[in-house]
Amino acid sequence: MPSFVMPASRKPDSTPAPAAVTAVGLRKSYGDRTVLDGIDLRIPAGSVFALLGPNGAGKTTTVKILSTLVGADGGHAQVGGHDLVTSPDGVRAAIGVTGQFSAVDGLITGEENMLLMADLHHLPRGEGRRVAAELLARFDLAEVARKPASGYSGGMKRRLDLAMTLVGNPRIIFLDEPTTGLDPRSRHTMWGIVRELVAQGVTVLLTTQYLDEADELADRIAVLDGGRIVAEGTAEELKRLVPGGHVRLRFTDPAAHRAAAAALADAERDDAALTLRIPGDGSQRTLRAILDRLDAAGVEADELTVRTPDLDDVFFALTGGPTPPHRTQEVVR
Amino acid sequence: MSSLSLAVRDSSTMLRRNLLHARRYPSLTLNLLLTPVVLLLLFVYVFGDVMSAGIGGAGADRSAYVAYLVPGILLMTIGGTTVGTAVSVSNDMTEGIVARFRTMAIHRGSVLTGHVVGSVLQAVLSVVLVGAVGVAIGFRSTDATVLEWFAAFGLLTLFALALTWIAVGMGMVSPSAEAASNNALPLIFLPLVSSAFVPLDAMPGWFRPIAEYQPFTPAIETLRGLLLGTGIGHNGWLAVAWCLGLSALGHRWSKRVFDRDPR
Repeated sequence: MPSFVMPASRKPDSTPAPAAVTAVGLRKSYGDRTVLDGIDLRIPAGSVFALLGPNGAGKTTTVKILSTLVGADGGHAQVGGHDLVTSPDGVRAAIGVTGQFSAVDGLITGEENMLLMADLHHLPRGEGRRVAAELLARFDLAEVARKPASGYSGGMKRRLDLAMTLVGNPRIIFLDEPTTGLDPRSRHTMWGIVRELVAQGVTVLLTTQYLDEADELADRIAVLDGGRIVAEGTAEELKRLVPGGHVRLRFTDPAAHRAAAAALADAERDDAALTLRIPGDGSQRTLRAILDRLDAAGVEADELTVRTPDLDDVFFALTGGPTPPHRTQEVVR
Repeated sequence: MSSLSLAVRDSSTMLRRNLLHARRYPSLTLNLLLTPVVLLLLFVYVFGDVMSAGIGGAGADRSAYVAYLVPGILLMTIGGTTVGTAVSVSNDMTEGIVARFRTMAIHRGSVLTGHVVGSVLQAVLSVVLVGAVGVAIGFRSTDATVLEWFAAFGLLTLFALALTWIAVGMGMVSPSAEAASNNALPLIFLPLVSSAFVPLDAMPGWFRPIAEYQPFTPAIETLRGLLLGTGIGHNGWLAVAWCLGLSALGHRWSKRVFDRDPR
């Protein structure tokens, strides 16, 4: 697969690779603790890819490796057409990193942070000032630009962090848990910013522990657990992986509940709550079948709800929820 | 851009950042200046008469001891400011900003070079400030030629470079600012057990090797010789050797730790 996917890799300048990021068999351990246990990734240019997983799944380690911050113990990867090992500076020139481990210089002001980035990207002085001012205004930081960054709120720091990342106009951006710890408003602001970047053709690799965030932003999602990718696909594809869709009927009259249970033999019965759960995808056809059988039995439900599986179901099914991780791997195999 | 001009450009950007830190938060540097100044005043005005009698024999006045003391205090000032270097390097490494620098296509050594050059400049400036206090209380260079002045300045700068590289290494391996300031204590402690306050031959015999085989004593003796015309002897070469050795050691140490993968 690798040699097939990346024929352009040997001449990154003449034929641009269709994938912005490819990784094959990335492994990393700290001591005898295996953090990444063979990760394969392929992120098409211009798309948003989410790495979803609980704490300690290896999300940040993946980003650290792909951003050249730490070396992998095994496997290989290319970012922006450059090999991580043979051309780390090529990778660095193509990427921008924002998130948990990347940060701002708290001792100087937001503006000084921006100008520092402009200087390190070797922008001419005037252009550096212009880019800094533009980004500060765009990220709603113009008012606090002259204040030390250490005094910024969490949301402001994260915005400054991302603004600094954008000074170099990177084509590939790694966002490591960009909204962890942010209030809902800052989260939505951050999402808006990410969508704008994508509209400009930037490739985004996002890590998150929030399912709605992955659902909201990502074209493709990989679920990471215990250092392995346990599932990958679009949000819809992932949702199809788990059963869990059902129609729920609720009754107030125990007699009606009993009669309905008799009519719907495949229903899961809860006598205490007076409910019935009928497995199904909630399509018009299933609903009509259920209602027909209820009509035939002459009972009427007091409430009918259709529940489709959401990413939460996928997440818990694949990562084993609160149970130990070894169960997860059984699910995968 | 050639790699040399990239190195110079990124290093000067990092230097500007470090000087900005120092300018924005001068209290750290100023606090570190307090120790040598207080010791200078204490030894001159409180212990001065006794010390002068001990050094110059009967009849020597306080100014003889001022002359004896100031070179040591100047080198001690350098030791003090480099403690600040260890603290700020350690702060930097624990903040995420250095992780950001590592993921950028910049000259890799520039982060450390910026710290080192900034620290040497601060040390030299501190020496000038403390030296001014020395002059104010009566220190005069008796017979230094222009050449000797240059040599003295060169020695102070080289000494600052040596201690700075060691301090950068200490800062790199310290997990927190507190740990860094503890680890860097020898830089303040060593001059106290050197020939800064009393001559070697006034020390008890068992103690003399401690004072003799360390970088401060030969550097102090050399500076005294340059400014006051006392004998330098082999101390000049010893001082330069210590400085070059420490610089090389600190440089290799810091670079090795910096090139290691952060956790």
